[in-house]
Parts: sequence; structure tokens; C-alpha cells
Amino acid sequence: MADQIKVAYWPGCVSRGFTPELHGSMALVAQKLGIELVELDRANCSGAGVIAEHNQELADTLNARTFALAQQTGLSMMNICSTCQGAQSECQQRLDADSGYRAHINEVLSGQGLSYEKSADGSWNNKNFLWLLVEDYGLDRLADQVKRPLSGLRVGPFYGCYIVRPKERLGYDKYPDRDIYLEKVIEVLGGQIVEYDGARKCCGFPVITMNRETSLTQAGTHVGDAIDAGADCLVTPCPLCHLNLDMQQPEAAKVVNRDLGLAVLHLPQLVGLALGATPKELGMNKHIASTKWVEERLTAVPA
Amino acid sequence: MADYTIKVRRYQPESGDPAYWEEFNVELDPSLSVLDGLLQAKDRDDGSLAVRCSCRAAICGSCGMKINGKSGLGCQTQIGEAQEAADKKASAVGGESEGNVIVIEPMGNQPVIKDLVTDMESTHWTKFRRVTPWLLPHGEPPEREYIVEPESMVDITQSMACIQCGACVSSCLSMEADPLFIGPAALAKAYRFVGDPRDAETLERLTDLAKDPHGIYDCTHCFSCVDACPKGVAPMDQIMRLRRKAGEHGIEDPNSGHAHEMAFVNIIEKKGTLDESLLLQESFAPGVLGKLMPSKRAIKEMIGSLPTAIRGIKTGKMRSLPKLIPGVHHKLPGGAQDDVKAIYKRAEESNIEFNLYIKGEEGDQEAAVEERLEPAAAPGAEEASNG
Repeated sequence: MADQIKVAYWPGCVSRGFTPELHGSMALVAQKLGIELVELDRANCSGAGVIAEHNQELADTLNARTFALAQQTGLSMMNICSTCQGAQSECQQRLDADSGYRAHINEVLSGQGLSYEKSADGSWNNKNFLWLLVEDYGLDRLADQVKRPLSGLRVGPFYGCYIVRPKERLGYDKYPDRDIYLEKVIEVLGGQIVEYDGARKCCGFPVITMNRETSLTQAGTHVGDAIDAGADCLVTPCPLCHLNLDMQQPEAAKVVNRDLGLAVLHLPQLVGLALGATPKELGMNKHIASTKWVEERLTAVPA
Repeated sequence: MADYTIKVRRYQPESGDPAYWEEFNVELDPSLSVLDGLLQAKDRDDGSLAVRCSCRAAICGSCGMKINGKSGLGCQTQIGEAQEAADKKASAVGGESEGNVIVIEPMGNQPVIKDLVTDMESTHWTKFRRVTPWLLPHGEPPEREYIVEPESMVDITQSMACIQCGACVSSCLSMEADPLFIGPAALAKAYRFVGDPRDAETLERLTDLAKDPHGIYDCTHCFSCVDACPKGVAPMDQIMRLRRKAGEHGIEDPNSGHAHEMAFVNIIEKKGTLDESLLLQESFAPGVLGKLMPSKRAIKEMIGSLPTAIRGIKTGKMRSLPKLIPGVHHKLPGGAQDDVKAIYKRAEESNIEFNLYIKGEEGDQEAAVEERLEPAAAPGAEEASNG
């Protein structure tokens, strides 16, 4: 009997805000996979890189608090957002680099009964669901759980900048294949990988309020390229990317002056479909870009 | 020695033909560079292959190029590693796990003059000149030199490391979408002067770059430039520092970039997690409930986001009250919100900017000292080099 995986779970802000289908599908998939999620309901926003822009020490302290809350449970941490991962890993790199700085940050946390401890051997870590699935859960184990292989479903991966750059602080020296994990997962779930230009590019979300044109040109171009490459859908481990690629898709279509209409799935939804969950259970009816085509593709090919 | 196939994007304007791919077989040790491979092909197969290069030691900045889609220096990329990257890319999508071609292209976001030589003048250097890249000091020059504390200049040594290779410009995804974006190289250079205590035009520089709609708030925050830079300049980090300083000087920009930053920061202080509707409203119309009047652009953006909001309501994404009405979002439970506020108070007072590039990791310094103190092994043994 394989080990039960239990993690301190940081669901992020957006999965409980504008992408509720992500929060729901993650809970469902964790249950099916046998991953126990201990939700950190008192934890705060990771800052998404925006707080660090304003005051770096503030971002480092806020994330140290989240890490400390996770460490209090005695469990490693899991998040479901590329942006949280990137923002938190950046802060963690600074916290781990210098004991004096770490002690300074821990001063204010100690007043709250918390302390962030550096784990030099990496025994305590913070991983997003994609990394956890491949590294801790295991692709073979995942393959065994597949009840409805996604045969014939052509899936384009969309990573989200914050888990593929900069490599030097995202653990690529230890795990060099982190930037092809989505391809591996698609393959194990029985889907067909679609290669297209935008897979590791930027969805444009960070500038959606500051330069709508730049933002939606990116989103529209990448969705368009995936359509031209024959994708039935995209899959992404980042809810912020999901907002720009799905929720803004009709607007993006206007900016790039072409019809789009490509379904964008959250990673737990893609996994959930292969585990036998229904599109409705996974909240796919809440998406802006219709997922009807994906549902048709899945029922067309016998399991 | 190993065999490699490099696939180079070629273009000769005088031929009248469009760009085309040409493959060359080269034979060299895996530890040699992609540039060495190109020069071998140029030497043995086709002397007309055009590539800029000079020092071959990652300091002159001449050989910027894209290798397997990634921007960097030809001389700093080992051909063995380039082969591994090409093989990984191919096998990830079901291709061969070895023997794949190494794809070499000219830098992006720049017109191509010939083969791998790009027109940096019209892009990189024009944007560079845009930020007034020279010192504008107070008054008359001193009789001898400007005296400044060394600590006051350490901050800008990261920007100073730039060798003007253009790899960051090549990789910039904002520039790909908006060619008018001033860009990472020029903005990193701008920080070199903004952070220089001898410069007298800090406020003017920041105002200029913040108010330009293709300026500091046009960066899409994608880290491509940080990843591409061979010198650790981290141009995106310098852009963020420019934003921070512009904010500290109270500069409001037409892109609502500073308002967005402040809205985010303030919302987390009050609520702990993000209230998206409030973020949108506060980015465009800060303190609209009684204080500032939103600008024309802000009103246009807010009305422009109504169709998106309506679609969200229709599909059921945004049905609960906290999501629809800005400000109704819950706080963190228990005393957690007060804990967050205490963190804010302390961080605002202390505001340390810990820069790893300058400080380095703790262990590194100790290791370097230990190396120097170790007795030499035997006559002729190599000595540990200084950092």
C-alpha cells in the first residue's frame, strides 16, 4: 500500500475568488488520489510579486508567516498556483540565504507564536500540485488511477512564467525536467501533447490593468497559436493564467482580431477527467470559453 | 569529441530570397561553446555565415543569439548542454531522445541584417538613448573627483554588470506584444543612474519613465530577461526598483500601475487575501468612495471590464456577494488579520531590501575563506582562486 500523502495546503486567493472551479476540482481530485489536504485557512496572500515590488521585506515576512503556519502542522506545503509558487520561492530563497535576515524576519513572527525554520536538506518544502504530482505522488501511481484515458484529446500545456523562470531559484538543478512536467502528465493521462509557441510564454495577466493591449495581445496570440496547432484545450496550473486565457478570452479575441473559443482547463480538472469525474463535478460549466468540445471529444472515443 | 548538427536561420538581403534554414555538421568537444561550433562551420563549410563575436569569454556582449529558443550568448552556452536541451525538448513531445538538431536563430525583437547579425541600432541602442544614459550631476564638476560613500554605490553594481549584449531585449515578451516598450536593457541602465547618489535628476527620470505608457509599467513581469541575462543584472528586478522609487516619490502614472500596486498592498493589509472586485475598482479609481475622481481612462477601463464581469456572473463564477461587491470580502479568521497588520507595521518601518546579488549566500563567503586558509597540497598544486 503506497504512502498516504498529507500536505499543508495553501489554496491561494484566486481559487477562492474568481476561479472557484479550481478549489472544488482540487478537493475532488485530492480525495480520488488519496492526498490529504490540511487547509491553511489563516494564511495570507503570497503577494503575487506585486507586494514584493512595493516592499520586499513585507513580501518576505508575509510568506515566512505562511511557511511557518505550514511548518506548525509538521507537514510540507502544497499550493495550486504557479504565481504563488514563484512569489513564494523567491522569498524563500532570500530567507534561506542569510541567517541574520531570517532572524530579523522571525522577530515579528515570534510575537505571533510563529517561526520559519530553514530546512537545509529540503525535507520541508513548498511545491505546487504539478510538481507534487510528478515528484512525490509519481507518474506510475497516477497512471494506475486512470479510469478514463483521455484518448484522442489534444492538450496544449500552458505553464505560467512563475514556475519556469528564473531556473536558478526554482529547483531546476535538482529537478531539471520541471519545465516538461505538463507534457509528462498529459501523456500519462492518455492525452495527446500539442506543441505550440506559447507554452512557456506569458499570459499577460500582470499587466491587464496597466496595458490591456499588451496583456490581451499575449493571451490572444497564445490561444490562437494553440488552436492553429490543433489543440482541443489548454491545461494550466495557474489560476491567474486561467483568468487571462479563459475569462478574458472573448476580449482577447477582439484585440487579436480573430475568433478563438478554446477551452482552458485547470490542471486538477484535466487529472479529474482521467480519474473518471464528470465535467460538471469539476466545475467546467463555470468557464467562459466553452468546454463543450472537450466533453464531446471525451465521449466520442470509447474508454 | 562529438558530432553535432546545428540548424541555423540564414538570411542574405542581397539575394532577394526569404530567410531559410541551413544545417551544418560540426565536430567538437561537448565542453566547447555553440559559438565555437558556428565558427567551425564558418571555417570549414561556408565562410559567408555571418555572426558577431569577439572576446569568446562572455564579457564583450557581441554574440547574442537564440539557441533552442532561449536567448543568451553563443560563447557562454556549452554545445553539449545545448544538445541536451534540444534532446529534452524533442523527447518531451514524443520525438527522439538524442541526436536532435541544435536550433540557432538571431536575437528576437530586432530586425535581421544578415544571418545571425541583428540591427541593434534601431532597437536596443535607440531605447538605450531614450533613458538619458549619462550622469546629470548637481552644479559644476568638482576640481578633482566626486566623493561618495562606497556603500551608496553598491546598490547599482548589479545594473553596472550589463555588457549590452541584448539577450534580455531578445527574450522580452512585453516587447514582443508591444514593440514600443522601452525594455529591460534600457530600464536597467536607467536604474543605474536613478540609484546613483551623484545624479541630480532622479525625480525627472522617474517621472519620465513612469508617465510613458510604454515605460516601467508596461513590463509583463515574466522573468524572461532575468533568465536570459548572462551577467546576473536581473533587468526585471531593476524595473521593479524603479516602480518602487517612483511610488516613493508619489508619482502617479497614466497606466494606473502605481494605483494597482497600492490597491493590492492595501487590500492584503485589510483582508489578508485578495478581493478581486475591489482590486479592479481601486486600481482605476482609488478612494472613489469620496476622495479622488477617476480619470477618463479609468472610467473607460472600468466600463470595458463590465462585459467580462457579466459573463462571469452568467456562468456562475461570480455568484456570491463577496465576489460581486467590492469591499464585502471577508477578513482572515481569528486574530490572523491583526497578525498581518503587525507584519505590515514592522515592514513599513524597517523596509530592508535584501539583494542576493550583492550580499551572496551565507555559506559562500565562509567557503571562500576556508579555501584560502587550507595549506597547499604539494608543490605545483593549483591554488584556490580568489572570488
